[in-house]
Amino acid sequence: MNKSKIFKNGIFEENPIFSQQIGMCATLAITTSLLNGIGMGIAVIFVLVGSNIVISAMRKIIPDDVRIPIFVIVIATFTTIVDLLIHAFSFPLYQALGVFIPLIVVNCIIIARAEAFAYKNGVVDSIIDGLGMGAGYTLALMALSSVREILGNGSIFGFQILPASYEPMMIIVQPPGAFIALGLLIGLVNYMSRKKKLKGDAQ
Amino acid sequence: MSLFSLFITSFIVNNIIFSRFLGICPFLGVSKKIDTAAGMGLAVIFVIVLASVIAYLVQIFILVPLGLEYLQTIAFILIIAALVQFVEMFLKKSSPGLYKALGIYLPLITTNCAVLGVVLINVQKEYTFMESLVNSVATPAGFLLAIVLFAVVREKIELADVPESLQGSSIALIAAGLMSIAFLGFSGLSI
Repeated sequence: MNKSKIFKNGIFEENPIFSQQIGMCATLAITTSLLNGIGMGIAVIFVLVGSNIVISAMRKIIPDDVRIPIFVIVIATFTTIVDLLIHAFSFPLYQALGVFIPLIVVNCIIIARAEAFAYKNGVVDSIIDGLGMGAGYTLALMALSSVREILGNGSIFGFQILPASYEPMMIIVQPPGAFIALGLLIGLVNYMSRKKKLKGDAQ
Repeated sequence: MSLFSLFITSFIVNNIIFSRFLGICPFLGVSKKIDTAAGMGLAVIFVIVLASVIAYLVQIFILVPLGLEYLQTIAFILIIAALVQFVEMFLKKSSPGLYKALGIYLPLITTNCAVLGVVLINVQKEYTFMESLVNSVATPAGFLLAIVLFAVVREKIELADVPESLQGSSIALIAAGLMSIAFLGFSGLSI
C-alpha cells in the first residue's frame, strides 16, 4: 500500500466515525461547539500518532501474549501527557472537555489501530496511518460540531453568524440533539456513498 | 447531598448513556437482543462496583500520600484491566454458570469507557467512600435500564421499513436520541 493511500484510508474508506463507528462517547459528548471538536481531534491525533510510533518501533520485542496490556500502558502514558499539556496551556478547553481527556485511553480507535496496523507495519507507515485516522476523526468531529453549533447557538467559533431573529434550536446542543444529529449525518454519508457507487456502476 | 438523592441523580437524572455519554460503544454494539443486553448490563454493574472500591483504596492509600495523583489515568486503567482478568479467572473456577452467562462480555468491559469514567468521576468529585459506593451502583444500574429499554426498541426496529440510507447504526442513533428526549424530562427533578 502506498503512503497516500494509507492516509486517505483513514479519512474516507475506514473513517472511524462514519464507517467503523468506534470512539462514539467523546464524539457525542463534546461536539457542542466547533472549538471543542477541534481540540478533542488534536488531542486524539497526538495520542494516536505517539502510540503508533512507540508500538510499531517495539513490535519485534513485544511478546504476543501480553501485547494488549502493553498497548494500554503506552496509550495511557500519551494520554497523561496530553492531559497535563491541555491543563497547562488551555484551561478553558480542559474544563470543556472534562473527563473525556483521560477517557482517550479507552477510545477504541487508538487500541484498534495499534492492534490492526502499528503492530504489523513499520514506523513511517504507522505515523501516516495515525495521521490519517486522526484526521478522519477530527473531520467527523468538525462536521458534527459545526452543525450543532450553527443550529443550536447560531454561531461558529463563538461568533454570531445567523441573524438575531433566528431562534436557536436548544435541543441540538443538549444530549438528545447529539444522537439525532449524528444519526442523520451518518445517514447522509451512507446516502452519498451509495449514490457515488451507483454512479460508478453505471459508467 | 443525601445518599438517596445521589442514587436517583446518578440512576435517572444524569443517566450515564443519555446525559453523560459514557459507554456508548457497548450500548450500540450489544443492544440487538434483550437477553444479551441484560447480560452486558449486569456484568458492567459487577465490574464497576469492584473497580471503584479498589480504585478508591488505591487513591487514598497509595496515590495521595505519595503525591502521585497525576498517574491516576494509568493506575486506574491498570486496575480495571487486571480486575477484569481476575474476575474472569475467578468466575471460571468458582461459578461456571455465571461465567458462561457473562463470559463473552467480560473482556469487552476493559475498553468500556463507563468503567473508567465512573471511577474518575468518583475521584474528581471527591466523593466519600459511601458516596462513591452509591454512585458506582446507581450509575451502571442506569446503564442496565438504558440498554434493556433500547434493546426492546431495536427489536421493534428490526421489523420496521427503514429507508435504505438510514439502516443500521443511523436509525439506532436517532431512536436513542428520541429516548434521550424522554430522559430529559427527568432533568427538572429535585429530591
